[in-house]
Amino acid sequence: MSHLLEINNLDVKFDTDEGRITAIDNVSLTLDQGKVLGIVGESGSGKSVTAKSIMQLNPGNTIYNDNAEIIIDDENVLKFTSKNDLKKIRGGKVSMIFQEPMASFAPAIKIGNQMVEQLMIHKPMDKKEAKNISIDMLNRVGIADAEKRFNQYAFELSGGMRQRAMIAMALSTMPKLLLADEPTTALDVTIQAQVINLMKDIIKEYNMGVIFITHDLGVIAQVADDVAVMYLGSVVERGPVNEILKNPRHPYTRGLLNALPDINNLDAPLQPIPGNIPSPLDRPSACVFRTRCQNPSHDCKEGNIEMGLIEVNPGHWVDKCCVNCG
Amino acid sequence: MSENIVSVNNLSVAFDYQENFLAKKQKIKAVNNINIKIKKGSFFGLVGESGSGKTTLGRAILGANKISQGNVIFHDDEKDYDLTSITSKEMKEYRKKAQLIFQDPYAALSPRMTVRDIIAEPLEVMKITNSREETDARVRDIAAKCRLNLEHLRRFPHAFSGGQRQRISIARALVSNPKFIVADESVAALDVSIQADILNLLKQLQEELNLTYLFISHDLSVVAHVCDIVAVMYLGHIVEMAPSRELFSNPRHSYTKALLSSIPSIDPENKSKAIELQGEIPSAMNPPSGCVFRTRCPNPTHDCKEGHIEMGLIEVSPDHWVDQCCVNCG
Amino acid sequence: MEISNKKKEAYYTATQMQLVRTRFFGNRSAMIAGSILLFMIVCSLFSGFLSPYDPTIAGRDKNYENGAPQIPMFWDENGFSPRPFLHTLTKYRGADTNFRWVYKTDTEKRRYVYFFVKGWEYKYFNYNINLPGEALDFKIPGFTFDTHLFGVDEGGIHLFGTDKAGKDLFSRTLSAIYISLAVGTLGVFISFVLSLVIGGISGYYGGWVDSLLQMFTDAIRTVPPIPLFMCLAAFAPLEWSSELRFFFISCLLGLISWPTLARRVRTHLLSERSQEYILAAQMCGASSTHIIIRHLLPSFTSYIIVDLVISFPYMLLSETALSFIGLGLREPVNSLGVLLQNATKADVLLNYQWYFIPVFFLVVLILTFVYVGDGLRDAADPHKTKN
Repeated sequence: MSHLLEINNLDVKFDTDEGRITAIDNVSLTLDQGKVLGIVGESGSGKSVTAKSIMQLNPGNTIYNDNAEIIIDDENVLKFTSKNDLKKIRGGKVSMIFQEPMASFAPAIKIGNQMVEQLMIHKPMDKKEAKNISIDMLNRVGIADAEKRFNQYAFELSGGMRQRAMIAMALSTMPKLLLADEPTTALDVTIQAQVINLMKDIIKEYNMGVIFITHDLGVIAQVADDVAVMYLGSVVERGPVNEILKNPRHPYTRGLLNALPDINNLDAPLQPIPGNIPSPLDRPSACVFRTRCQNPSHDCKEGNIEMGLIEVNPGHWVDKCCVNCG
Repeated sequence: MSENIVSVNNLSVAFDYQENFLAKKQKIKAVNNINIKIKKGSFFGLVGESGSGKTTLGRAILGANKISQGNVIFHDDEKDYDLTSITSKEMKEYRKKAQLIFQDPYAALSPRMTVRDIIAEPLEVMKITNSREETDARVRDIAAKCRLNLEHLRRFPHAFSGGQRQRISIARALVSNPKFIVADESVAALDVSIQADILNLLKQLQEELNLTYLFISHDLSVVAHVCDIVAVMYLGHIVEMAPSRELFSNPRHSYTKALLSSIPSIDPENKSKAIELQGEIPSAMNPPSGCVFRTRCPNPTHDCKEGHIEMGLIEVSPDHWVDQCCVNCG
Repeated sequence: MEISNKKKEAYYTATQMQLVRTRFFGNRSAMIAGSILLFMIVCSLFSGFLSPYDPTIAGRDKNYENGAPQIPMFWDENGFSPRPFLHTLTKYRGADTNFRWVYKTDTEKRRYVYFFVKGWEYKYFNYNINLPGEALDFKIPGFTFDTHLFGVDEGGIHLFGTDKAGKDLFSRTLSAIYISLAVGTLGVFISFVLSLVIGGISGYYGGWVDSLLQMFTDAIRTVPPIPLFMCLAAFAPLEWSSELRFFFISCLLGLISWPTLARRVRTHLLSERSQEYILAAQMCGASSTHIIIRHLLPSFTSYIIVDLVISFPYMLLSETALSFIGLGLREPVNSLGVLLQNATKADVLLNYQWYFIPVFFLVVLILTFVYVGDGLRDAADPHKTKN
């Protein structure tokens, strides 16, 4: 069975004034229809860059490597150069929702018009049909008074509603793949709960593949089926969410879990991960985590062991370096 | 000598709002009739979502926002300071004793000053030290406590990560030897692993320097871990206040219950859906009369829904206060 | 690639100005423009030294009116000469030239170019101060020189040709660049002081002070500049000396263009004022003076420098436009606008194309300012954003 999305050996580098920065190093991920893949990482982990690479939304100074493949529905989208081909993925097969809902909507155009415009770009239909579909979507995401909201501007809606409207806009073209880049981070926690419930319902109903990017492990636990943990541009651990959260093998994953305040265990001390995240200009060679690992083997600390995922349990992949250490 | 360091009595803070030049002047009550007593040496948590008024309350206690009604009294060892009738000389003393740590580590440090100058600025403005050597010694001392190296002092903020900048902010707040610190969302902008580091640092400094914290946050799990007492705010009112263990194991107010259930659990097997609150947070310009929570309460009594019942905290168990309206409903 | 520790430390301890400077030096187009601009400014400052002839009517060459540019040569049919030379020209008019004066070249007679020759006198810092009352008048003698970079022993050397009266266009261009830059500088300075004060008060205090000052600023801004210039410039009496006129035009330029700069100052102040580090200083009880000097002023020094450089071209263009219509500077004072005035006749276009050379210099001057301003703005910006 072929996967909905396959990312193979993706390297992304940025050419900046300070030099060539590696944002992503040898990332390989797969996603099947109807499943949610969570990508978890802190700042500088490269999770946003990965999502943007799928839609080719990275800035002009991006350099992809030659043998990288991003295969959506059997087509390698990295090879697309013409505007028409890119149109197929952007908004057509693949939709994206962002962290800041105000950034998604043009402030001077009514929401309804933006949704209709997006629909008509991707599917052949007339304005009336597009309007009906849009209002229907707004209803589906739980916006009361959808007809009235259709004719409003983005600033007239509250934060939670704007996020829902953005979800509605992203879903109206019936994409096969949905990329959600920190969609709930900017929301209040009660609104976040509403939006997460909504997303879970919609994912079930539409049977889409979803890549859910966040730094919040709790959200991942609730929403994702599989999770990939990223650190400084590399995937350090990957597998089913139950397995990873109950049985983390990589010291970074363990560190993240230990650093989290757990509401059910208020006596447990908070254990930060020692050290600081190195700047992307200072990316350690070989195993990227060796500067902060609590228990590195001698070879690893010297930088002699290259990174690479190995399967420790069915479906559970860990970076080989840290299986031996930490 | 009181065991409390700060007493907030019937405090209300209102802002003037005028939509445009010709519109009528309106008053928005950001903080409404708050009563809090913060004990010396405690870690008091203030939790709420956007529009709850928690930041306004924190800043009003520090004298940065004008108090409309009620008062705030700071009980120092020698004397009490009443913020509504404080003289400017007393204000200068008060500023040395109560300080603020900001949320955004990137905006809170002047990009044009070295770390040493940033930390030394309060000393120079408040004229606490008399010579450069004294200032330098003080700065070095507090920087070491916040785990900043000597060479960091010569650098500019652009050289540091978020967590390190927050430590510089903390050092700046502590350099004047305050007794009371308001930490306004101080860990919200940090990565999770760094967050834990800063929280541990705050706790450690509390023991070393005998501080009292007012910790403002929207993140319940963080507050649960570090705070002794937690107050939950909604639209300018305190709806529940209790020691943190008690609050999290036995919440009485529907809003607190909804907040707690909204925290996504790390346990993937626990896929219970959160209690969903209906509707949106009402605008502060036009709050609901009576109980402000009645528009979203999942189970209001008839009287409450009509807006007949006024708000007010009652003690349901020792030290556990809940708004009287919701004790009967929800 | 590991960056060395020394470089990293240098980056960490670099002040804002140093970072801006480093970024600016890395911007190639800005550096090229900057060098050209610097070269032109230096040339204009030394215009007396570089010009072989007095740019006013006193230095005209009666024998070479409307003459084409003369470029020194090293080589002609008679052989090579290490010293550059020019051919002799004689005036001739006849039926075959439609009775227009043309110049015939005599390739046998050479005139050699000499360097560091003595010529007309030029003065620096020579002012006559006329104060009310005879007793208070005094003269600042200044410095007088008479050495020039190059010249010829007989005839004339006119690198850019001459105009109708025989004035050397090369000398005129150099002094015009100097005058235009001087007027621009004075105008920018006046505009800067005004906008700093008004924009500063407006931005720092906010509230009704801000509203009032903004209304005033906008009122001045809405008046169309060219008619306003023309109106005010026409008030200047014809009897005024050229220095006084120079000063007057500069003041006018400054007074008309301060609103734009004031708005920028105000915007910078308003956005900086609400920064959290300002609030942190206020919470320590810092006085307004402390905040302004220690925080606000340094914060927008780089932006103000950018604004100043960018407003220069507008000054230049305004002065050129005014002088071009005849309302700005006039003969004998040279400015690029005055020179352009001569280039408006069809006669010139057909026969005396070298009159357009100052246009080229005006364009280059403005473009270099724009590129340098852009480069400065790009260099000054990054620090406000998060890493």
